[in-house]
Amino acid sequence: MSIRGKACIAGIYEHPLRKAPDKSVAQLHAEVALGALADAGLTIDDVDGYFCGGDAPGTGPLSLIDYMNLNVRHADSSNIGGASYILHVGHAAEAIAAGKCDVALITLAGRPRSEGLSKGIVPRTDNPVQPDFPWESPMRMTTVNAYAMCAMRHMYEYGTTSEQLAWIKVAASHHAQHNPNAMLRDVVTVEDVVNSPMIADPLHRLDCCVVSDGGGALVVVRPEIAKELNRPKIMVRGGAEAVKHQSGGTFDLTWSAGALSGPKAFEEAGITPDDIKYVSVYDSFTYTVLTQLEDLGFCEKGKGGAFVSDGNLISGVGKLPFNTDGGGLCNNHPVHRGGMTKVIETVRQLRGEAHPAVQVPGCDLALAHGTGGNLGTRHGAATLILERQ
Amino acid sequence: MADFSDLMIHHPETAEFWQALEEGRFLIRFCADCEKAHWYPRAICPHCHSAHTEWREGSGEGNIYSYSVMRRAETPYTIAYVRLDEGPILMTNIVDSDLEAITVEHRVRLAWGHKVDGQTMPMFALS
Repeated sequence: MSIRGKACIAGIYEHPLRKAPDKSVAQLHAEVALGALADAGLTIDDVDGYFCGGDAPGTGPLSLIDYMNLNVRHADSSNIGGASYILHVGHAAEAIAAGKCDVALITLAGRPRSEGLSKGIVPRTDNPVQPDFPWESPMRMTTVNAYAMCAMRHMYEYGTTSEQLAWIKVAASHHAQHNPNAMLRDVVTVEDVVNSPMIADPLHRLDCCVVSDGGGALVVVRPEIAKELNRPKIMVRGGAEAVKHQSGGTFDLTWSAGALSGPKAFEEAGITPDDIKYVSVYDSFTYTVLTQLEDLGFCEKGKGGAFVSDGNLISGVGKLPFNTDGGGLCNNHPVHRGGMTKVIETVRQLRGEAHPAVQVPGCDLALAHGTGGNLGTRHGAATLILERQ
Repeated sequence: MADFSDLMIHHPETAEFWQALEEGRFLIRFCADCEKAHWYPRAICPHCHSAHTEWREGSGEGNIYSYSVMRRAETPYTIAYVRLDEGPILMTNIVDSDLEAITVEHRVRLAWGHKVDGQTMPMFALS
């Protein structure tokens, strides 16, 4: 069964706060939920399906369903890290197509910044029962040095340079200058990035995303319901997911699971990367963007460095505008999970509601993609192709 | 982590590996059916899913597949993936070496005597 044309994104909301010491995590979830429902022109009583990821406090979706006093007939707490919310849109479309719900609410929220959790540079504190734990945690694997090993191997095999990676941050900063909520609004240069302090070779401070509180929500509905709402109709055209892992120790770090999910999503949508006018791509690090653009087929494997250079990702300048809200590199990265904001900005672009300075003219087909977990060990990927009707 | 032996309560499957390391032996898990080595070690072969897996002595030699020096740490350290001569790639630290001399595909060998939380760890040094 295909999900093409089976569901629409009717409501979006991005929490404006980047630091929220005076709010609870559940409260933030409820605020973004109500924001997205108001955006759609629906109420919380209309919600009959609820989706959340690993940021939800409690057992799966249970505590938040209780907190918000929802009355749902379908719930899904699939967790593949930061890309979960992109995957949830696909799962919501599947559930709607199967008749399991009509109005699906997806939320993400948290406050690592208020809680002092700068997660990227400290060794992981994952569950010690997980089988990989004794082989990785004592080696002081962190998020940043594991992603750095992917970038290092990519540089070795393909000659990718730090200056090329820096262009990704430069493009994000050009977009963020127009976003009043963005954490980092100053436009930076390639020199600024490569001269910023080295965190873990070859990733500099400005190759890394921000840490922020906040969150976001999406409302996915049956097309018949979307038609009756006074909002632009943003249809799910295709979606796919994949998992890549260490394969018993026989892996290749230079590609991500986007190479598996991307082609499936394009096949379902019946289009090619050339048809896409705008992309939101998860940008935990500059390198994350580079490999995913290659893996999705926007350029040949290994040619990502040249592809992202010279402003090719800057809206109004290059061929493939990306992350026009400033992305995780400049805007926000709520709860270390960038998938939600990727979908939100994609919907803004398709509605023509992005900032005028970064709005892509005639944006009718767009893609949101993310990876979650860790590119250096095991991760999930979700690709979503959306169309304005 | 507190004491490594606390962690091993959860991982009886690989206790023999860690014990052998304390005795100066580096073991690699092989499958007696498909004859392939794998990493990290498991009771069930991840390649062919046979339960006929066994420990064999590893050479303790390989090449750096990739690495990163964590400059942000108080004392910089090097995480790496090493491709063992037996085939599989393992996550490790490069120790007893000049950080600036580390390169991708550099030859490495097992460096003994490096403990974390009281347990000897399979770390490597530049050859």
